[in-house]
Amino acid sequence: MTKLSLKVNGRLYALDVDSSTPLLFVLNDELGLRGPKFGCGMAQCGACTVVLRGQVVRSCVMPVSAVGKDEVTTLEGLGTPDKPHPIQQAFIDEGAAQCGFCLSGVILTAKAVLDEKPNASDEEIREALGGVLCRCFTHVRMLRAIRKYADTRKA
Amino acid sequence: MSVSRRDFLKSSGALIVSFSAVSHAGIFAAGQGQFDTHPSHVDPTKLDSWIAVMADGTVKAYTGKCDFGQGMFTAQTQLVAEELCVALRRVKLIQCDTSVSPDQGTTSGSQSTPTNFNSQNLGQAAATAREALLNMAAKKFGMAVDDLTVTEGVITGKGGRRATYAELIGNKRFHIALSTTAKRRSPEQWTVLGKPIPSLDRAALMTGHFEFVHNFRVPGMLHGRVVRPPEVGATLANVDESSVRQIPGIVKVVVRKDFVGVVAEKQWQAIQAAQRLKVCWNSGIQLPPQQTYFDWLRQQPSRDVLLVDSKDVDQQLSKASSVLQAKYVYPHQMHGSVGASCAVADVTANRATVWSATQSVYPTRSIVAKLLSLPLDNVRVIFVRGSGCYGLNGADAVSFDAAILSHAVSRPVRVQLSRQDEMAWENYGSACVIEQRAGIDHNGAIIAWECAQWEAARGGRPGYSDPGNVITGALVGYKPEPIEPRAAAEPKAKLRNRSNAVPSYLAGCVADSCAGAGTIRSERVMMRTVAGPFFTGPLRSPLRLQNTFAHEGFMDEICAHVQADPVAFRLLHLRDERLAGVVKAAAEAAHWQSRPSPKQNDSRTGLAKGRGIACVAYEGDNGYAALVAEVSVDVTNGSVQPRKFTVAVDCGPISNPDGLRNQTEGGVLQGMSRALLEEVTWDAKRVTSVDWESYNSLFLGFAVPEIDVILVNKLDVPATGGGELAITLAAAAIGNAIFDATGIRLRQAPFTVQRVKDAYRSPA
Repeated sequence: MTKLSLKVNGRLYALDVDSSTPLLFVLNDELGLRGPKFGCGMAQCGACTVVLRGQVVRSCVMPVSAVGKDEVTTLEGLGTPDKPHPIQQAFIDEGAAQCGFCLSGVILTAKAVLDEKPNASDEEIREALGGVLCRCFTHVRMLRAIRKYADTRKA
Repeated sequence: MSVSRRDFLKSSGALIVSFSAVSHAGIFAAGQGQFDTHPSHVDPTKLDSWIAVMADGTVKAYTGKCDFGQGMFTAQTQLVAEELCVALRRVKLIQCDTSVSPDQGTTSGSQSTPTNFNSQNLGQAAATAREALLNMAAKKFGMAVDDLTVTEGVITGKGGRRATYAELIGNKRFHIALSTTAKRRSPEQWTVLGKPIPSLDRAALMTGHFEFVHNFRVPGMLHGRVVRPPEVGATLANVDESSVRQIPGIVKVVVRKDFVGVVAEKQWQAIQAAQRLKVCWNSGIQLPPQQTYFDWLRQQPSRDVLLVDSKDVDQQLSKASSVLQAKYVYPHQMHGSVGASCAVADVTANRATVWSATQSVYPTRSIVAKLLSLPLDNVRVIFVRGSGCYGLNGADAVSFDAAILSHAVSRPVRVQLSRQDEMAWENYGSACVIEQRAGIDHNGAIIAWECAQWEAARGGRPGYSDPGNVITGALVGYKPEPIEPRAAAEPKAKLRNRSNAVPSYLAGCVADSCAGAGTIRSERVMMRTVAGPFFTGPLRSPLRLQNTFAHEGFMDEICAHVQADPVAFRLLHLRDERLAGVVKAAAEAAHWQSRPSPKQNDSRTGLAKGRGIACVAYEGDNGYAALVAEVSVDVTNGSVQPRKFTVAVDCGPISNPDGLRNQTEGGVLQGMSRALLEEVTWDAKRVTSVDWESYNSLFLGFAVPEIDVILVNKLDVPATGGGELAITLAAAAIGNAIFDATGIRLRQAPFTVQRVKDAYRSPA
């Protein structure tokens, strides 16, 4: 076991964990966060997505020791049910979910690409989402919500 | 953020726990419910089992049909609010908990809407409650019920006398039976039902606050993982427990016949232990080669069911001016939930509680009781939503895994499957071979149609008595339900086309009763089930999708043979007005141009464009849909790109148009993924499609076709299912569009790039 500190969604946590533990399990089991989820454990589907150093990362394959001092942002770090982030609001407005298990990957990846490229085209957005899996196939609404967020963000 | 177990049990059922679980326990133990299922202590014939009005005016409603993303939570909340005339926010719906909700069997097969929204069960309970409350107020005011009005849970009489529901019954039981005569609010009166109410889980989902079963925690909880066999049918030789003794946090290695699992303090420790545990297995069975699987399947002894037989098919075919025949095949496919299945179980000496994403809380209770040798009443199964399941995914098996592991350590255990455990051992959708023959007369009309379907199956839903129908039960020694070969009996009862084995164009006559959707009276339909090597089970639109792919493709072949327009020719052979209605609605919305397929101007190079149609009367009478697909086929590389889908659905009065649209859009695209890519693969010993590299699915990156959804909101008929309509049609409509574009008929799904290229090389 290793003592380390982890900054997540604006809070600093002191942990005593096996440093090889994937970040995902620390977020879920030690911090009780619900946003990032275990889908495959192999960085194939995106359900475990979090943001680190402005990049989306797959927390199921990243050892917690690799995080360092940088802040981790999860889906719940963007906004709350009462005060959602604009991209979350766009997803709410468009009803862009069915089961909702994949949303960390979809929302955080879309936000990251638009943070980097505010004028990203639909093709560029789609390309960025190419490694994210939604098996309810709520694609139409998700892409509509992302477009809506992208447009209001620019305005 | 976890609550204590005791708090959870207290708060989850709230008042009704004291109503139902305690006071009902034992009293109704011998009572048989109306659901053709097992006795439950929550008596579904009693209003108190469904509805409770609280002292604060809120309404608790109990349902045995749960939400896994298809929108049933919101729709059922609307239903109760509508029938009781209370605001939506005042209704608290409690789903699928064997201590407090009625046994409604399994939430599946597009049955939730017909079951709860028509003249029985939840909707009727809410109407019964409103009627009872009106009677109470009438008595209190000394007025006739006709002189009362009710708005937002407040009953008002002449002269302004008023009483709230809470004043009349708050925190007290109704003590009456469900009324069969309580008047339902008509769709014309609806103010909440039928409206596009935004799904109630949205804000929590989008912000990561929604509690999935994967997030569920109880104090003192350990983590388990299972170690599944490396080959199909492998049995356990031995386990070297010392191989994991060094792993910190390891609590126990659990072995029960061929079931192997590990329990540890932390999830990561359990995963490492499962990976490092030295297990020796005896070799499994030799699998039939995938290349020749459909031939193998076609040759197995089968359990046969004859659905219709007019006895004149051979005679009519011999008289026909032409006879067409074709064989369609459909592979095993996966549910492939994004989340690996997960459950939490807390088993003490003589009690078990399981938090599970199962579609079947009561059957799961029975199986857990059986696996742990506990009395039924000592087991409680509580539904907590999981990743979208689309049928029997790993949720049941992992619930049994958790129960067995918790039982072994007498502490709560959470089990989350690995991706490989999920995909190598789930109950796949059935593989099918469907052979058809049709006779055409000199006028180009169909005069006879014969259809035979072979299905490879093994296990299925465990139900109340068959643990061996899923992997966990089989590993601990239970056999799957047997598939014993037997010849078909003559059909006697009126046709129920539950698997859509009977093509829509057949009259479906048994004796004098014709329940088919079509006009063709010379007909024979056989369903043959053979024992397959892989566990199978319901996957969204089970068999209905496979059969519809074959029927609608074959119908298209007939249309092309007689050079008829596929829409007009279908309508000629359809008797069912609602099915004909959706065909017309979809064709009109898609600006369908009447002409035969294939398109005449196609070249064999470049990009070929085409359109195709397919339709279905789901389960014969449980929803109607037609889909027009427009596709481009790149004939240089074999890739198929759907450009637009136009889908018309009629499922009676629509509970929530936004929810139905969401289901329809998702259904079309899931159907497209299954039509173009998805296929379970295996080698001589094991399934090889065990992750998202080896099992193909469309990810979010593809160019999403435009989807135009036309809702036919028919108000004067019972409400039927909607969640499986669009998906049933995608493979057929896309296949027909490929034919229209290229003249190439694909009779095997999925339509992979390789298959399209191969078809070009050797045109049929």
